[in-house]
Amino acid sequence: MSRETTVNLLLALLLLGTPLLAAGLGEPFYVTLATRVTVLALAAVGLNLALGLGGLLSFGHAAFFGLGGYVAGILATHAFNAEPLFADIPATTSMPLIWVTAAAVAGLVALPIGAVSLRTSGVYFIMITLAFAQMIYYFAISWPAYGGEDGLSLSMRNAFPGVNTAKPLPYFLICYAALMAALLLFRAIEGSRFGSALQAARQNGTRLAAVGIAPFHIRLVAFAVSAMITGLAGALYADLNRFVGPSMLSWHMSGELIVLIILGGKGRLFGPVAGAMVFVFFEYVLGGITERWQFFLGLILLGIVLFARGGLLGLLSGKPRHV
Amino acid sequence: MSEPVLEIRDLRKSFGALKATDGVSLDLRPGQIHALIGPNGAGKSTLIHQIAGSLKADSGTIRFLGEDIGNLDMAARARLGLARSFQISSLAQEFSALRNVMLAVQARQGSSFRFFRQVTRDKDLTEPAMAMLERVDLAARAHVPAAELSHGERRQLEIAIALALAPNAFLLDEPMAGMGPEGSKRLTTFLDGLRHEAPMLLVEHDMDAVFALADRISVLVYGRIIASGTVDEIRSDPEVRRAYLGEAA
Amino acid sequence: MPGLHAGIRSVIHVLPNEAWTGLLFTALLIEQLLNGLQLGVMLFLMAAGLTLIFGVMGLINLAHGSLYMIGAFACATVAAATGSFWIGLIASLAAAAGVGAIIEVAVIRRLYDRDHLDQVLATFALILILSEGARWLFGSFPLYLDIPLLLQGAVPLPGGGQYQLYRLAIIGVGIAVAVGLYLLISRTRLGMRIRAGESDREMIGALGVDIGTLYTVVFALGAALAGLAGALVGALQSVQVGMGEPVLILAFVVIVIGGIGSIKGALVGAVIVGVVDTMGRFLLPSLLALTMPASQATTIGAALASMLIYVVMALILAFRPSGLFAAQA
Repeated sequence: MSRETTVNLLLALLLLGTPLLAAGLGEPFYVTLATRVTVLALAAVGLNLALGLGGLLSFGHAAFFGLGGYVAGILATHAFNAEPLFADIPATTSMPLIWVTAAAVAGLVALPIGAVSLRTSGVYFIMITLAFAQMIYYFAISWPAYGGEDGLSLSMRNAFPGVNTAKPLPYFLICYAALMAALLLFRAIEGSRFGSALQAARQNGTRLAAVGIAPFHIRLVAFAVSAMITGLAGALYADLNRFVGPSMLSWHMSGELIVLIILGGKGRLFGPVAGAMVFVFFEYVLGGITERWQFFLGLILLGIVLFARGGLLGLLSGKPRHV
Repeated sequence: MSEPVLEIRDLRKSFGALKATDGVSLDLRPGQIHALIGPNGAGKSTLIHQIAGSLKADSGTIRFLGEDIGNLDMAARARLGLARSFQISSLAQEFSALRNVMLAVQARQGSSFRFFRQVTRDKDLTEPAMAMLERVDLAARAHVPAAELSHGERRQLEIAIALALAPNAFLLDEPMAGMGPEGSKRLTTFLDGLRHEAPMLLVEHDMDAVFALADRISVLVYGRIIASGTVDEIRSDPEVRRAYLGEAA
Repeated sequence: MPGLHAGIRSVIHVLPNEAWTGLLFTALLIEQLLNGLQLGVMLFLMAAGLTLIFGVMGLINLAHGSLYMIGAFACATVAAATGSFWIGLIASLAAAAGVGAIIEVAVIRRLYDRDHLDQVLATFALILILSEGARWLFGSFPLYLDIPLLLQGAVPLPGGGQYQLYRLAIIGVGIAVAVGLYLLISRTRLGMRIRAGESDREMIGALGVDIGTLYTVVFALGAALAGLAGALVGALQSVQVGMGEPVLILAFVVIVIGGIGSIKGALVGAVIVGVVDTMGRFLLPSLLALTMPASQATTIGAALASMLIYVVMALILAFRPSGLFAAQA
């Protein structure tokens, strides 16, 4: 077993063990904190597919995170008020249905955004993805039907068959299972034909085109799949907080998702997991010490970018291998 | 005479006031190695870029296997069987030599939208790719990342990738560059054997290689073809001697 | 446009019917056009710095909005202490340029050779530091800045309306800056070096220019323009932490439309974005009111108007992926 695999397993066990222990000790707060780590990690796994494997520096993934959240919030609100969505289509509080809808909506919105953004590259791509996310953000703020600026509260968590989702631990386990499934999917894609083409598109798009594979199509599909995973995370996040608001769509959120990946290690399978752990740890510990924790987070982040590249996994597991 | 595989008519491309390609016409016929020579800055690479699709011509036609490919992008032209090697090696640097070739195999099989099966365990990819590396004597270095290969090995890898596409024509942009006399000689012999797999448009500065390989030579100066003919015709053409060979001597 | 006319009337009920003459509509239209121009000019001040920094140093600077905020805070604080807007304005230029120079020397110059990801992250970190730092120094409550006495009052518009003198002055400042930048870049030694730096970094080394100093100067110049924009807008809105970020994103849209690295593109893009955004917010609800109840038209129109410039950006990019005036081939 390689060193990276060992580190990954330890991280997976740590993330599972901590809330189990906390629940045993009657400390539900830490279970919720671990759930937050898990859901943020899931969102970043989605971004890692585009950014880590494909080299697509999307500064607009908050759009997909927020869309997933709003799907959960809107479906739950309609179901609670017993209003159909449109015409005769009923709303639902069933998590599996909500997840599928959230992922589908995020993916469908990602296709046109990607189709425009991926015609460009470099700084243009960064700015355009940011601009589109901002467009959705402003739309959410100025559309009053679902809370506008104030957001939307869910009166209770949505339902999962056979599980009491209102309790912290079962809800954590649902999120943990989703994260593990996404990590398996990430690993499968990384080693697949599609993943090969995607990574080649990052390393050398001209080479990929010269063998007859159009980088644009590969990148577009990757962008959409990436958005779907992040959208799913958004739905889970809305249920975690029983709230969804424009802040989920804000560009700070997009920035934080990138930060998570870099803190953990870009393109590494468990990079987002390690990054989310470190991020939430900082947020919690620094936030406990000082109200100004973002100031210090900024300093730490600046230090990492300038002096310690490779992230936490670079430190723990050494250089990545490609076979 | 058989139909040309590649047929270029009156191709033009300008960058501002500079006419990089100024009414070029040329044919590449089956079984042929057609060498394109000319001094630095004559527009040879610009021409290759337009044929491969990484630059768009201002006017003129490019027909490949009878089809007008002028509006196709690079990937679409490659799918029709136009395989290209780059003047400066262009590889997926982090991938091993084998995975670079596997990418070409996968492209030929038209199967890049498979998301689950792991390529390293996929014999449909690894075996043909390994066979290509063996053909260019690079099998022993199959698992070395492209970035760590020597200059000569990277050129060999470029050829292996082109071969893996089972192309209908090769576009080779200075394959001998930086190879050293021994390497050039071996590559010359190797390319000589390839002419029966697919015809070749060869841009090359190494005159020994050009005279040894070419069935036909076109001389490009300032974006125009000033002479085109057999090796002997070109050798004895006074204008060519003045414009180009004389300068080299 | 009689139909549109009726639409506007049904949205804005406060005015008596008989006031709705063609003349008044013209006045409103002119007022909104000027507002769009004023927004555009302000965006140009931001975008010019961003695009200059990208063109010369190849750097994407997310923290440009923080420099805008610093300009506004400096102006508000100094104006409050001295009682003079003009001293505050000078302070805003000095503060933004000074902080810009410090940031460039301490952080930014380590990023020129890095990829965009590192640049994005490091400048994102700078936003966190500068925003939280400003909140530390000035608190979370907004500061207010009064329009200077000299520029208070209004100017009559053709058609009977009036327009704030101060906003006209902002438009004037923007035009002056555009002309000044044009002269700076086309006529001066610094401008020659900037142009050389855009086309070929080796060449300016060969010209015997100290590249490090040139980069610091360019960065500080861009920062000063952002600070100026912040100070000018500070008198129209409140001065608070985070005020720079929405403007930054609009400035991104501007330079994407105009072509990154092109000052001319920044100017054209800024005017397009300013006018389209303002006119969209003004006209869309009225247009919609022709086909639906007024209250609904107001909501839907506002929501659509907030998306309009992004749609325009997407359309422009669909035809010209590197913007209207792409600097590099």
